[in-house]
Amino acid sequence: MKPAAFEYHAPKTIAEAVALLAEVAPDDGRILAGGQSLVPTMAFRLARPAHLVDINGVDGLDRLYLDGNELSIGACVRHAAFHRPVVDGRLGLLLSSIVRHIAHYPIRQRGTFCGSLAQADPASEWCLTAVTLDGTMTAKSVRGSRTIGAQDFIEGIMTTALADDELLTEARLPIPPDDTRFGFCEFNRIAGGFAVAMVLAAYGLKDGVITRPRLGVGGVEERPRRIPEAEQALEGRSPGAQAFRAASAAAAGAVDPMEDINTSADYRRDLVATLTLRALESAWS
Amino acid sequence: MAADKTAYLGRSVERLEDPPLVTGAARFVADISFPGQLHMRVVRSSYAHGEIISIDTSEARLMPGVVAVWTAEDIADIGPVDFRADRAAEGLKPYRQPVLAKGRVRYVGDPVAAVFAEDPYLAEDAAESVVIEVEELPVIVSADDPPGEFAAGRGTEAAVMHHSYGDIDAAFANAERVIALDLRTGRHSGVPMETRGAIGRYDAAKDMLELHGAAKVPHRNQETLVRMLGRDPSRVHVHECHVGGGFGVRGELYPEDILVLVAAMRLGRPVKWIEDRQEHLMCANQGREQHHLARVAVDAEGRILGIDDEFFHDQGGYVRTHGSNVANRTMCTITGPYRVPAFRAVCHFRLTNKTPCATYRAPGRYESTFVRERLMDAIATELGIDPIEVRKRNLIAADEMPYTIAFDEPHVSDMVLDSGDYAGLLDKAAAAFGWEALRVELDRRRADGELVGAGIGMFVEEGGRGPTDGARIAVDANGDVEVITGGASLGQGFETTMAQICAEALGVDYRRVRVIHGHTDLIPYGIGAHATRATVMTGSAVNVAALMVREIAIDAAAEMLQTPADELDINDGTVVRRDGPTGPSVTLGEIARRLAPGAAGPGQGDPGQGNPGLAAEGFFTTKDTVFPYGVHLAVVRIDRGTGQVAVERFMVAYDVGRAVNPMMIEGQLVGGCIQGLGGALYEEFVYDEEGQPMAVTLADYLVPSLREAPDIEVLITEDAPSPLNPLGLKSAGEGGINGVGAAIAGAIGDAIGDPGAVRRLPLTPGRVRDLLRQADAASPGTP
Amino acid sequence: MNGKHDITLTINGQAYAIRVEARRTLADVIREECGQTGTHLGCEHGVCGTCTVIVDGAPVRSCLMFAVQCDGAKIRTVEGLADGEEPHPLQRAFMEHHALQCGFCTPGFLMLAVGVLEREPDIGDEDLLDILSSNLCRCTGYANIVKAVRAAAAQMRRR
Ligand SMILES: Cc1cc2nc3c(=O)[nH]c(=O)nc-3n(C[C@H](O)[C@H](O)[C@H](O)COP(=O)(O)OP(=O)(O)OC[C@H]3O[C@@H](n4cnc5c(N)ncnc54)[C@H](O)[C@@H]3O)c2cc1C
Ligand code: FES
Ligand code: FES
Repeated sequence: MKPAAFEYHAPKTIAEAVALLAEVAPDDGRILAGGQSLVPTMAFRLARPAHLVDINGVDGLDRLYLDGNELSIGACVRHAAFHRPVVDGRLGLLLSSIVRHIAHYPIRQRGTFCGSLAQADPASEWCLTAVTLDGTMTAKSVRGSRTIGAQDFIEGIMTTALADDELLTEARLPIPPDDTRFGFCEFNRIAGGFAVAMVLAAYGLKDGVITRPRLGVGGVEERPRRIPEAEQALEGRSPGAQAFRAASAAAAGAVDPMEDINTSADYRRDLVATLTLRALESAWS
Repeated sequence: MAADKTAYLGRSVERLEDPPLVTGAARFVADISFPGQLHMRVVRSSYAHGEIISIDTSEARLMPGVVAVWTAEDIADIGPVDFRADRAAEGLKPYRQPVLAKGRVRYVGDPVAAVFAEDPYLAEDAAESVVIEVEELPVIVSADDPPGEFAAGRGTEAAVMHHSYGDIDAAFANAERVIALDLRTGRHSGVPMETRGAIGRYDAAKDMLELHGAAKVPHRNQETLVRMLGRDPSRVHVHECHVGGGFGVRGELYPEDILVLVAAMRLGRPVKWIEDRQEHLMCANQGREQHHLARVAVDAEGRILGIDDEFFHDQGGYVRTHGSNVANRTMCTITGPYRVPAFRAVCHFRLTNKTPCATYRAPGRYESTFVRERLMDAIATELGIDPIEVRKRNLIAADEMPYTIAFDEPHVSDMVLDSGDYAGLLDKAAAAFGWEALRVELDRRRADGELVGAGIGMFVEEGGRGPTDGARIAVDANGDVEVITGGASLGQGFETTMAQICAEALGVDYRRVRVIHGHTDLIPYGIGAHATRATVMTGSAVNVAALMVREIAIDAAAEMLQTPADELDINDGTVVRRDGPTGPSVTLGEIARRLAPGAAGPGQGDPGQGNPGLAAEGFFTTKDTVFPYGVHLAVVRIDRGTGQVAVERFMVAYDVGRAVNPMMIEGQLVGGCIQGLGGALYEEFVYDEEGQPMAVTLADYLVPSLREAPDIEVLITEDAPSPLNPLGLKSAGEGGINGVGAAIAGAIGDAIGDPGAVRRLPLTPGRVRDLLRQADAASPGTP
Repeated sequence: MNGKHDITLTINGQAYAIRVEARRTLADVIREECGQTGTHLGCEHGVCGTCTVIVDGAPVRSCLMFAVQCDGAKIRTVEGLADGEEPHPLQRAFMEHHALQCGFCTPGFLMLAVGVLEREPDIGDEDLLDILSSNLCRCTGYANIVKAVRAAAAQMRRR
C-alpha cells in the first residue's frame, strides 16, 4: 500500500495554483488539500494522479470569516476549525456538533471542509450541510471564476461540477435567520465511521407553526438532497409528534436508497424514518 | 505476604515488557533491517477461482530496482506449506497451499508471483505490472453449497468427521422434547494491530538460514521448515521480534515465510516482507464460519439426554498448518460444562473459494459455545425454566471431577476435565452481577417499552496441552537471573509471568530476571505460545528449573556458611538463615562465582556433573490438558429505530486455577472480551457471490474502538487449581472471548422477547432490525 | 517523474536533511530515512492511528501525509517523549495501569493523548473519550488506556 509516483507542486498563490492545475490537469493532475481522502485512495492505488498541486501553502486559503450574511470557508480551512462555534448563534453550534461526526480528531486536524465537498462522498456530513443550507461554491481556473449552488455542485457519488482545471477556493454558507432551529442525526456503526444515513433538519417558527422547513438526507442516495415531500409535511404545522411523524413517513417514502452487501435499501429507508424523527425532535428540544 | 520481598506469585506487579514499548525502543519485525536487504511484494489473484492461463512478468522484470520476479515455476522444487509435524492429517495433504499458486487460484489474494526489489515502493510498482490471465471457474462461497471440484478428481468436501459416544438414537427416542436449531457463526479473525512480516536471511559463511519475525510456535515452525527446505535442523533458525498481537493468526507458517527464506538463499541478499493491511484482511487466517444444525433431546425437567449436531465448516481455499484442528476442537467442546449422556457430531469439512481459515483465539470453542448455549436458552424457553436454573440442572458437579468424556472414535482423544466447580462459579457470577434484581429491573424496563435483555454464556476452556516443555535458568556473577525458554510472546506478558514464577521459586526480585524466548538457536525445544499453553507448560518448567537452581544454591551456601541446608532460605537474592536474617549470609551472585568452573574453595563447581555454575535445566511433562472455565453475563439495549445494540453491562467470571499476575489476567480477559464483542456485533468478512472479499480495509472490517467497548466487570476466581501441575496453573488467554457470542445472542433474544430468535452472528444492526420486524409480525399487538 | 526533493524534517528537536521522492509518506520517512521506528504502521489508510505523530503541535496520521509536505515542520514522535531517563507522565501512567499488552498501538495512543492534553489540558471527560476513540487497540479492550490517560491528565494539570 504505497502510492504510485507523482510530481509534487507547492504553489504559493491562487493564481499560481490554478495556472499549475491548468497545466497538469490533462495529465491527471489534482489538488492535494488535507489529503485525508486522497492519500488513502492513492495508497490503495485506486487513484494514481501524475501530479499533485498541494494548496496547503497557498496564501489566503485558510480564511474563515463572516462576510455580510454569509460564512466564507476557504479551501484550507480544516474540519478542526469547527470544533468550537465559528459564528455566534445556532449555526456555529450546529457546525460544531456536526463536525464531531466526521472521522476522528487527528484526521480533522488535516481534512478540509472544501476537500469534503470536492470529494463528494455520499456520506459526507459537510456535503449534506451545504446542500441543506443552500451553500454556494466558488470555483476558479485560468478561465475565470464561477459560483455554483451546492445542489448543482454535487452531481453524484464522488463527482462534482468542478472541471479538472478548477480549484474550489471557498464555500459559503448563508447565515440563517436567528430563530432557526437545527437538528442533526446520524447513524453509523462504529465511532468515526462513515454515516449509513443522516438527516439534517432546520426550521423557523412563526405564530407557533413551522416556517421555512428544510430537511436534508445524506448517505442514503447517491448524493445528499432536500426532501420536498417531508418539508411540505412540516410547513405550517405546529411542531410536535404528529407533524414530525408525518415528515418522517414522507421522507422515508420519498428516498430511493442505495444498497450494499451490508445494508439493504429497506433498512436504509427505515433509518431515514428514524433519523428524520430524531432530527426534528432534537431541533425542537 | 507483602512482607516477603520475593513472594511474587499472585501479585499484580508492573510488566517487565513495558519500558521499550512505551519509549519506541521496541523492535517489531518491520523495524528490523539488514544491510543490502531486498523487499518482496506478492502479486495476488483477483479472482476467487480459476485456471491460470498465463502470467506475464516481462514488464515487471525490466522495471527500476527489480532484482527478480518469481512464479510457481521458479520454485517448483518447494512443496506446499506443510502441516505441523504433530498434526499430519494424511487425507488433507492434497489440500495444502502451494507457496505460489500452481495451475489454479482458489481465493482472492492467493499468491501467484513474487517481486523482489530494492525498495517497497518499487516492488509495488513492479507487482502492479504483472499481468495474470485467468479462466474463471465456478465459485463456491458457502460451505452450505453442494461440494464442487478442488482439483481434477478431488472434491471440495475434504473430510467428513465424526465424534460420538453413548446411545444417541435412544436418547432422542426417549426424549420428552426435542429442540432443533439452525445456527451460524460469522467469519472473523484476530486482526492484530501489527500485520504479519518476515525477513529471510542467509549467512553463507556459516551456512545458516534465519527467519526473523517468527511468532507463536517458533520451534514447530523450525521443524516444518527443516522438512520443507530439506536443511539440517541446526542450519535453520527462527527468531522472534517484538510481536504486535497474535490471537492465533500470526506465527503460523504462510507462503510468504517460505518465499523470503528461499529468496534469501537464491538471491544471496536478505529479503524483507511486510504485509499491508489489505493483504492481511484477505490472506491471513480467518475463522469461525460454521453452520450448525443442532438438536438436543431433553427430559421433562430440562435435563439433557443427548446432543446431535451436524455442521458445515467453511475452510476457505486451502487447508493450512493446523489441518482440521478447529473443526475438531468444535466437536470436542460442544458439550462444554454439561453432563450430556449421548452425543453425536458430524462435521462436513469443506473448502470454499475464500481466504483459508485456521485458529483464532478460542478456536472452535467460541463457535461451540454459541451453539451449546443457544440450545440451553431454547430448552429454558421451551420448558419455561429459568435460564440459570436449566444450566444448573445440567452442569457437571464438582464431586464428579475429574470427569472423562470418552469418544467412540479411537483416534479422538478423551477429554478429562481436571477440576472445577461450575455451579459454584455460576452462583458467584450471578450474585456479583445481581442477577435476580436485574431480572426484575429488566422486566420493568421492558414493560416500559425498552428493548433490554440479559444473556448467559457458560463454557469450559482448554489449555496447557503437553507433552513437554523445558527451561534453562542461570544466575550470573551479579546475581542476575537468565531464563531461557522455548516459549513465545505475543504481547500477553509472557516475560513477566515467567519472571514472577522464577522469582517466587528462587527467591529473587522479579526485576532481576531476564526471560528469553522465541529463538530456536538458544534452546532446542519449545512449545511456543499457542492454545494458551505458555503459562501452564513453560511456567511449570520454569518453576521446576528454578527450584533446582534454588537447591543448588542452598547446598552450596550450606557449605559456604557451614549451616545445615534446611536452616537456610533465599530472600531477595540472598541466602540467609531462616531464624535470623541478621546472621551470616551469601548472595546468589557470590554463589554463582563460587560455582563457576575453575573457582576454588568449598562448593566449587564441578563441570563434570551436568551444569557448571549456578544453573539448571528443568522440564515439565504432562499428557493431560487443563480446563479452566467461565461464565459470561451480558445486558444489552436495542435501539428500536436503528437495530443498534448497546452493551450496557458485561461480566466475565473465570476460574484460572491460580492467578500469577491478576492485573495481567484481567487485561487478557477484558481484551479478549472486547474482541469477542467485535465478532458478536461488528466484525465480519463478507464476500459477494463472486467470492470477492468486501472487507479488505479497516473501514469495512469493523474493529471495535473505545466507543464500542463497554466497561467489563471481571470476577477472577481460584477455586479449582489444576491438580495436573505443581502451581495449579490453568490459563487465561481465551477466557475473555469464549462465551461472548453466546451471551450477547441470549441477551438480544431476551430483549426482543423471543429467546430463540437469534440464529446468527454477528448481530449487525441490519440483522437485529430484521429480527425486530419478525418479532413484531409474530405478535402484532406490540408497539 | 521520480524527481526527488531535498527537505529538512525536525524530529524531536533533531534536524534530518534528507532527499526523498514526493510519494513517500511521512510515516515511512520517519521510520526509514530518519530511523525512528517507534512510529508504527497498522493500516496505512488512516483508520488505526498507530502512526499518530505531532506535526507543528497537532496530532495527525503520519500515513496520510507526504514527507515533502513537512519540509521545515517540527515533528514529535514517541522517541522524544521522555525527558532523558525520566519517562513522560503518560508513559509512566501506561505502565502503571497496564494500558498496553503487545504495545504496538502504544506510541500512537501516547502521541494522540500528549497532543490533545498539551493543547487542551482541561478537556472534559466525554471529549477525551471521543478523542481516544480515534485509535484502535486490539489487545487491551481500552479500559486501562482510559484509566492511564485520565491519571496522566490529572497529573499534567497539576504541573
Ligand atoms: C478514517 C477516516 C474516516 C473518515 N470519516 C469521514 C466521515 O465520517 N465523514 C466525512 O465526511 N469524511 C470522512 N473522512 C474523509 C475526510 O473528511 C476528508 O478530510 C475529506 O473527505 C476530504 O478532505 P481533504 O481536505 O482531506 O481532501 P483531499 O483528500 O486532499 O482531497 C480529496 C479530493 O478532493 C479534491 N480536492 C480537495 N480540495 C480541493 C479543492 N479545494 N479544489 C478542488 N479539488 C479539491 C482532491 O483533488 C481529491 O480528489 C474520513 C477519512 C478517514 C481517513
Ligand atoms: S497506519 Fe496510519 S492510521 Fe493506520
Ligand atoms: S496493546 Fe496490542 S494493540 Fe494495543
